[in-house]
Amino acid sequence: MAEQKSEFEPKIVVYACNWCTYAATDLAGTSRMSYPPNVRIIRVMCSGRVDPQLVLQAFADGADGVIVAGCHPPADCHYIEGNYKAYRRFELFRKLLGAMGIEQERFRLEWISAAEASRWVQVVNEMVAQLKKLGPLKPNMEVRE
Amino acid sequence: MSEKPKVAWYWCASCGGCEESFVDLAERLLKVFETFDIVFCPVAMDFKREDVEKLPDGSIAVSLINGGIRMKEHEEMVKLLRKKSNIVIAYGACSAWGGVPGLANLYNLDEIVERKYLEIPTIENPKEILPTKKTIVNIPEAKIKAELELPEPLPTLLPIDKVIDVDYYIPGCPPTPDVFWNALQALLTGNLPPKGTVIGALQRSLCDECLLNETKPEKLLVKEFKRVEKAIPEPNKCLLAQGFLCMGPVTRGGCTALCIKANMPCTGCFGILDGVVDYGGKAISYFGSILDYSPMEEKEIKKAFESIPDWIGTIYRYSLPSAKLSHRAGLKRSKLMKEVFEI
Repeated sequence: MAEQKSEFEPKIVVYACNWCTYAATDLAGTSRMSYPPNVRIIRVMCSGRVDPQLVLQAFADGADGVIVAGCHPPADCHYIEGNYKAYRRFELFRKLLGAMGIEQERFRLEWISAAEASRWVQVVNEMVAQLKKLGPLKPNMEVRE
Repeated sequence: MSEKPKVAWYWCASCGGCEESFVDLAERLLKVFETFDIVFCPVAMDFKREDVEKLPDGSIAVSLINGGIRMKEHEEMVKLLRKKSNIVIAYGACSAWGGVPGLANLYNLDEIVERKYLEIPTIENPKEILPTKKTIVNIPEAKIKAELELPEPLPTLLPIDKVIDVDYYIPGCPPTPDVFWNALQALLTGNLPPKGTVIGALQRSLCDECLLNETKPEKLLVKEFKRVEKAIPEPNKCLLAQGFLCMGPVTRGGCTALCIKANMPCTGCFGILDGVVDYGGKAISYFGSILDYSPMEEKEIKKAFESIPDWIGTIYRYSLPSAKLSHRAGLKRSKLMKEVFEI
């Protein structure tokens, strides 16, 4: 087989809320929309359940980008204010990423409702293109090299 | 007469506070000397590295190590002590998670050296002398002529468990005498929990033993974050409810809430609780939870977060090197290592 120069394929971890975004990803599938296969979707009950530790863990374990996605504020959240908590947490979390030298574009918090399959496809496309530009993330590489 | 169990005490990148906590045992120290035979303790006794090397492997009952690993010397010494010891204990926040010196992991060595030797306002260094690998010391009056060699620094600071296997952790900055005493009791009675556990302290968070816990409202929500530099906390009222960034909910208890008793918020020196993987991540999670604004009030949220100038120093004050992101990404190899230490 001819040797191919492989292009960098970013790994993206997605924490998708069960009620909105996960339904949107499902809808994208049943509507036969196509989007890059770089995302690994993890279904959670609510974006407010996504502890910033999980995002840190994903970055430390080799994710090049992370998306946390939930229901639109103000009133879509199944648990009333889970998305409020997520919003405030990740607003602060971005400060941490900046201080740790990780590009802000590697993390996205998105509101995607169950009907917005096209929005989901658009977010994934944008993220993949962005990460291809940024290249792989090596957060804990050995500095001695 | 049966031989007393041997104890070694070594310091790595340490401020000396942990050694103080040992002295703070006060009259209980007599009991320590009665029970243990101290074979190595650079802070107080004149045993050398050779003395440790001469001991048979596994002959030291307990090695207590405080301070993080900043230099090659520290790395070599803790590896040697691991070989010679039955039990190795990370003593204090620095050796367990990196501690305050661990915040240096946000910078590379050149930035640290320049800041320390040239930039800070309290330094006077007109000749701009920087650390060198070798220094010749010549004092003719005392007939001293020697060449001193500085151990090679490591690119980042590491907690000791990233270099050697650690059996137990004693938390605190420094550990309180009672916590140390509890841990010693556990060692003496052999009543030890599984390897890798924190000993001497509580298994629950600080709020659990805090006297102000009763004044904590059912639903904790604040409109702004306050700093003790700018506002004075009202006594006898939960500091969190007043908006002060108290790390109590995410920090291990066991210190009897000493700082809170002095009307100061907890800074988190007893470290993470079991089941938490990243102290700062957990802290962000809860600071985000208690701020009482909706996403439509974007400006207020930004303002509240911007009122705290140093988030990393707040949420990772004692634990940056053991965090999931343990140092700033993309730190360049330093000139100091390349040119001065030729590595």
